Amino acid sequence: MSTVDTALQLTALTEVHKALGAKMVPFAGYLMPVQYEGINIEHETVRNAIGVFDVSHMGEFILKGEGALDLIQRVTSNDASKLTPGKAQYSCLPNNDGGIVDDLLVYKIDENSWMLVVNASNIEKDWNWIMKHNTANVEMHNISDKTSLLAVQGPKAIDALQKLTDVTLADIPYYSFTKGTFAGCANVVISNTGYTGAGGFELYFENQYAQKIWDDVMAAGKEFGVKPAGLGCRDTLRLEMAFCLYGNDIDDTTSPLEAGLGWITKFTKEFTNSAALKAQKEAGVTKKLVGFEMVDKGIPRHGYELVDAAGNVIGVVTSGTQSPSLQKAIGMGYVQTAFATEGSEIFVSIRDKKIKASVVKTPFYKK
Amino acid sequence: MNIPAELKYTKDHEWVRVEGDVATIGITDFAQSELGDIVYVEIETVGDTVEKEAVFGTVEAVKTVSDLFMPLTGEVLELNSKLEGEPELVNSDPYGDGWMVKVKIADASQVADLLDAAAYGSLIGA
Repeated sequence: MSTVDTALQLTALTEVHKALGAKMVPFAGYLMPVQYEGINIEHETVRNAIGVFDVSHMGEFILKGEGALDLIQRVTSNDASKLTPGKAQYSCLPNNDGGIVDDLLVYKIDENSWMLVVNASNIEKDWNWIMKHNTANVEMHNISDKTSLLAVQGPKAIDALQKLTDVTLADIPYYSFTKGTFAGCANVVISNTGYTGAGGFELYFENQYAQKIWDDVMAAGKEFGVKPAGLGCRDTLRLEMAFCLYGNDIDDTTSPLEAGLGWITKFTKEFTNSAALKAQKEAGVTKKLVGFEMVDKGIPRHGYELVDAAGNVIGVVTSGTQSPSLQKAIGMGYVQTAFATEGSEIFVSIRDKKIKASVVKTPFYKK
Repeated sequence: MNIPAELKYTKDHEWVRVEGDVATIGITDFAQSELGDIVYVEIETVGDTVEKEAVFGTVEAVKTVSDLFMPLTGEVLELNSKLEGEPELVNSDPYGDGWMVKVKIADASQVADLLDAAAYGSLIGA
């Protein structure tokens, strides 16, 4: 047993995953289930029925007080002033060098209370970054270690979950949430969000309720064919939707504009590095994150070079897989702007061979 | 974990079935379970003589890519063409329909260097 393994953090459900026979892997400092039965079957279950993901490794910060909105507005790129209580938005934390500290969800709980949901790998980095900008001493709490998060995803999720709460789930629109009693547990945040494109809800609650909520969701989903789902299919599902994964598609060096996140980069307000990003928008970006499908046989992987017909390097693959739903190889990557238009012929350099691909519109998967 | 007694193995998780001077080669049950769902087997060495421990192909799972190492020096006689359309056979039947290549053994003395089922089992902690 290496020192890395012994330092791994666990979730409240680690033993449940092990008992289910999950393959457990280190991920972002946590021991997490990457798959139970297999990535393809779990992927298909989420697309067609219900999959339950333990994503308790994600980080949650609570910000409180009158200055909280101002702080959030200064550190994030989207416009949180547009949110009303019960609404959430996708956003990112730009850095001062043109890149991204992290991407996140911003939840407006009530007028002066907010929840930020950040990537597990970036909890400490984000906390320090926001703290550094917290010049007005906004009350901040890192509740990551005591908060569990289940993503119950798939077209049947709403029917299964409705059996466990008096809250009318159909009344919660996409990117909206409510706090209520769920499976007899108080103060569960029931959020119509996810990272799969399959519909469903994310449930945030105190660790003490984890076993009860897991068991009840599994029981309620049984008639719909529910299965536990691991991080492996979470990645293939999000990639079919062309959702960015921090550390793969976006990082400290990629601009939100290059990454196609202009829609969450609002120049109607000032935020970290907004002047430089605005100038970049006006000048035009030199590279863009695009989706592509393989034309010839091969599977793109993170880090493979993208080249043109003559073999010149024009970019790099940031994510790639064999798409379980589409049964073809797909990928995302940054290319020089000239190659970013739909239908552009590009090549992936796979084991010293040039394999043909075509830039396509995203999402790859459409219902 | 299934480790048939009649086969030979390598530390790189290939299995070998020796019949006369021909070796049939695939990856073990342990290997397929570690890789997860296999989506593509790329072997472009048919007709080539591949040295022992050299790469003769690549297996792609949903999440990972892994090289295939030749257990015995020899000429690759044929590949399992079924894997083109059904790479998942490597998962469902690694020692049967999921076989990968047949090789004409160049040096029969190399067979003695392969692991038997008991030695392979202890290697993977089975």
